[in-house]
Amino acid sequence: MRLFLEPGLGSSFSELLGRCEPGLLPRFAVEGAEGAAHPAGPPPGADAPHGTTILALQYRDGVVIAGDRQATEGYQVAHRRIEKVYKADDHSAIAIAGAAGPCLEMAKLYQTELAHYEKLEGVVLSLEGKANKLAQMIRMNLPAALQGLVVIPIFVGYDLRGDGGKIFKYDVTGGRYEEIDFYATGSGGKDARATLKRIFRPGFDEAEALRAAAEALVDAAEEDVGTAGPDFVRGIFPTVKLVRRDGIADVPDARVREVCQQVVEARRRAA
Amino acid sequence: MPIPYYVSPEQMMQDKAEYARKGIAKGRSIIALEYAEGVVLVAENPSASLNKISEIYDTIAFAGAGQYNEFENLRKAGIRYADLKGYAYGREDVTAKSLANAYSQTIGTIFSQELKPLEVEILVAEVGEAGQPSEMYRIQFDGSIIDERGSAAIGGQAEELKQFLRDKYEPALSLEGALKLARRALEAAASQKAKAQHLEVAVLERGRPGRKFRRITPDELNALLGSGEGDR
Repeated sequence: MRLFLEPGLGSSFSELLGRCEPGLLPRFAVEGAEGAAHPAGPPPGADAPHGTTILALQYRDGVVIAGDRQATEGYQVAHRRIEKVYKADDHSAIAIAGAAGPCLEMAKLYQTELAHYEKLEGVVLSLEGKANKLAQMIRMNLPAALQGLVVIPIFVGYDLRGDGGKIFKYDVTGGRYEEIDFYATGSGGKDARATLKRIFRPGFDEAEALRAAAEALVDAAEEDVGTAGPDFVRGIFPTVKLVRRDGIADVPDARVREVCQQVVEARRRAA
Repeated sequence: MPIPYYVSPEQMMQDKAEYARKGIAKGRSIIALEYAEGVVLVAENPSASLNKISEIYDTIAFAGAGQYNEFENLRKAGIRYADLKGYAYGREDVTAKSLANAYSQTIGTIFSQELKPLEVEILVAEVGEAGQPSEMYRIQFDGSIIDERGSAAIGGQAEELKQFLRDKYEPALSLEGALKLARRALEAAASQKAKAQHLEVAVLERGRPGRKFRRITPDELNALLGSGEGDR
């Protein structure tokens, strides 16, 4: 513990890891193989690395953030129940698309990072500060991203000091861009975006926002082989969280099931 | 060349201990009590922004008495220790016992090796989940560690407080009851009224999901201690 008493350690957890336990830093790049496709990378011809769809949209009380539950490995389903949407702290959440291992590790590091700062400084990071910190972590992953292990998150938060819910998207270099209404990314991101573009209206209430999220995810699952739709047989449904002034609420599976049921029902009638 | 003068190890340790005790005695005291829903920590603290009680990890809280800069450093070291351990292993592998031991080692080494001992006394409390008992460890300026049950006190008047609580404390108090008892104890030890706005209070609540630590706001504290009475 003597090590942790040294001055100049700062309030960043990833910096602390770098100084005290560098082996624990999530570094996935293989040295000497720069630019080469990672052996576990995508099969030739598949342009999105790892099947997944995540999205976020604004609504009256804040932001809805959601993701499907499937992970793919090449043309195989690797996992049916993976979680891609995480609570980052009391007023922000992160959804991650890309290589599963680095994604999970980054989510865990990010959660620790925010709590670590809050405990050391006695105040929560500003939403701007949280968004920037995530950008730095994505930049750290750039060497691995060039080898095929891409991590692309969507970050959403409720700005208690400013004007409500916000959505941030990122690129592999850590570029950070704010989206006003909605965003979706991952292998089915384009399809989800097309759906949201068609049905999104500012000032959606909660039910309308959940319906829009479900519509977008079902469309993504229809068009993209990497994305799974609602699975009524196994009882697997997308993860949906609401980020509001009073904190983060998980939308219970039963409610998501109901909304998905309505979407599928409506399509059956229209067919 | 000056002649190095001889001081016996006993004398040196005694002097250091006396020095540290004096420094700690200047500071105000802190009480921790187990109550029905967890652990409550109460500190006399006239400052609203410089905390004596804080969160270390999911179920663990820290309180420091004595020199502010010294226990503040120890607090930060504790958070680093806990976060690093929880990240490397699992969240439930971070325990008050291992943290208290790490503190004890560090403070003990500083006491025996450095010229100036730390003028601090710290308390590490962990709320037990699902039937597990809560734990409280008091670590003194020389690194000695005391495992407390039910109630604990640190700071200048720790012994008087402990004496008071030994007779009056009972298990499974309500939060309100525990707070009133803590205030009575602080008043008895300092033989003066403890103003509600000078109390810093935080709880580790067993029933909270995730991070159990929560600060009690001044408004909430006034309500719990009885309005009017709390504003004296």
